[in-house]
Amino acid sequence: MSKQAPETLTGAQIVVRLLERQGVRILAGIPGGAILPIYDALSQSALIHHVLARHEQGGGFIAQGMARASGVPAVCLASSGPGATNLLTAIADAKLDSIPLVAITGQVPRAMIGTDAFQEVDTYGLSIPITKHNFLVGSADDLLEVIPRAFQIAASGRPGPVLIDIPKDVQNQLVEVGEWPEPGVAAALPAPAAAAIAIAAAMINDAARPILYLGGGVVHSGASDGAVALAEKAALPTVMTLMALGAMSVDHPLSLGMLGMHGARYTNLALDECDLLIAVGARFDDRATGKVAGFCPQAKIVHIDIDPSELDKIKTAHVGIAGDVQAVLELLAPRVETQQRLPWLARVASLKAAHPLRLPGIDDPRTPYGLIRAVADCLDDQATITTDVGQHQMWVAQAYPLRRPRQWLTSGGLGTMGFGMPAAIGAALAEPQRTVVCFSGDGSILMNIQELVTAAEEGVNVKIVLMNNSSLGLVFQQQTMFYGERIYASKFKGMPDFVRLAEGFGVAAIDLDQESDPRAALAKALSSRGPMLIHASIAIDEQVLPMVPPGAANKDMIGG
Amino acid sequence: MNSISRMENQAVARTVLELDVNNHAGVMSHVVGLFSRRAYNVEGILVMPVGSGVTSRIWLLVNEEQRLEQMVKQVEKLEDVLAVRRHGAEHEVFVRLEEFFR
Repeated sequence: MSKQAPETLTGAQIVVRLLERQGVRILAGIPGGAILPIYDALSQSALIHHVLARHEQGGGFIAQGMARASGVPAVCLASSGPGATNLLTAIADAKLDSIPLVAITGQVPRAMIGTDAFQEVDTYGLSIPITKHNFLVGSADDLLEVIPRAFQIAASGRPGPVLIDIPKDVQNQLVEVGEWPEPGVAAALPAPAAAAIAIAAAMINDAARPILYLGGGVVHSGASDGAVALAEKAALPTVMTLMALGAMSVDHPLSLGMLGMHGARYTNLALDECDLLIAVGARFDDRATGKVAGFCPQAKIVHIDIDPSELDKIKTAHVGIAGDVQAVLELLAPRVETQQRLPWLARVASLKAAHPLRLPGIDDPRTPYGLIRAVADCLDDQATITTDVGQHQMWVAQAYPLRRPRQWLTSGGLGTMGFGMPAAIGAALAEPQRTVVCFSGDGSILMNIQELVTAAEEGVNVKIVLMNNSSLGLVFQQQTMFYGERIYASKFKGMPDFVRLAEGFGVAAIDLDQESDPRAALAKALSSRGPMLIHASIAIDEQVLPMVPPGAANKDMIGG
Repeated sequence: MNSISRMENQAVARTVLELDVNNHAGVMSHVVGLFSRRAYNVEGILVMPVGSGVTSRIWLLVNEEQRLEQMVKQVEKLEDVLAVRRHGAEHEVFVRLEEFFR
């Protein structure tokens, strides 16, 4: 607590002051009746820039983009009722990908709670299963404890979203504040168990065919360098989940890229042969493991995770280590022997030669892989890449040369279409020096298209690469492959003119279909500043391959 | 609770969980919601404030399943849960209540 001369402030002013003290400089949201006192107080803040989203879900994803790019909890605001319900998808998305988010919602005055008042909804009850924790604030005094604590919870241990629901009369309540609490920061964790680390090291030293399996926790923990160093010291071929892409550079000789449903065949086949799986900040998600009984069937498992409830949840680990993965890797690395492992690396290399990741059309910018590669050729590793959800997301995950942690922002666990563009706006607000590219599809982009005007208003350096195949491509692909080609509700009959749509929102746009030299047009577009939409048609029958059929084991991939 | 008959119920091994929690509106929702959304049956619930009322104690009677370990870890993650203790089904808290359910 820091002491100052006592001031009489409203709950709303206390909220804004605490956010300022917390270091919040940008937040996103939409005002409405029940949160107007906070907006009134916000209008007097010289420190905080409010980004006016056009839908609360967009505001939630803008905040997520800031949090994912920076690793620091970000804030979104919404009013009561529909404002709060519109925010829920973005909060649930943050929960599944462990993103630190603080959502502040207005609520009807305390005396009206439970009366079915105008724009009243049980925000607290609705948000319980999709938040790490939530609060319904009972008095303005409580804000002094609740707000720093919300930031602490969001950032501590396994990060996650926290919701604070504040009734309007609490926002207006006057209280005297003499002492201000310290900003909420991540709480220290207990040291990981040394005995378990020693056993894990011995298992790595004794293994003949180990694989290192990195998850999003490696990125959250800032442990990418430590993970790469461990892999190099012990000669560990390394796979990454969708969430971990960038933790090890795609060009690293030990990188086997992404595992699972749309990983390369050689990657999944190597996992099938491994005798030790070292899972680091990964949670054995079903898209990564395929049929669990068929996942790494010969392997012993070392599982390192900050969340003890992830250990033994899907696969029982031979050694489970609860702890921050960075801290665990620092203790583990000195105990691991330097090895060459030439026979195993040779075996992995032969699997790779026999079953490589095939990227047909990589040299033709009018194909999905070729377009992604052409975009990458215009950028360096400082660029940040976001995606929406669907075929384009998997193509980018397979083909974009990701080389740095937090370069890659994608909705992994919840798989939310509409994530990409607002998340890109947030990433560009958090790190304005970078170019942020959002790969999207004609299905996904329409789910939060209204945020184009937010992008224009903020002048963010966001380039949207819209891969248009006139369909919900992944649905179309699954209906083609698994539903007897009965294409239903996945092929769009009406198609907006996306170039004119973007221009209508105040965002410059180009159509690569009309460009005789698409590479030159891309280079020019990506080197300009400010928001731009780049439209490119792709064929409807392009598929994401190879693929593990739903319910199958990873070694039984089809296609590719 | 209706999915298995009372007779079958008797055959299932039980565990009693004792939770110390912060006493405020919403804590019960957090605890009970966790069990229901993970499709883990709760057979009995008791809750009363303890001492000054700053904290409460929740007693849960649950089936002994393979997933119990996972459920306990999930309960321990709740911010308002201060401690979780496990007891055998013979714990008298629910046994003594049985006369009210005849």
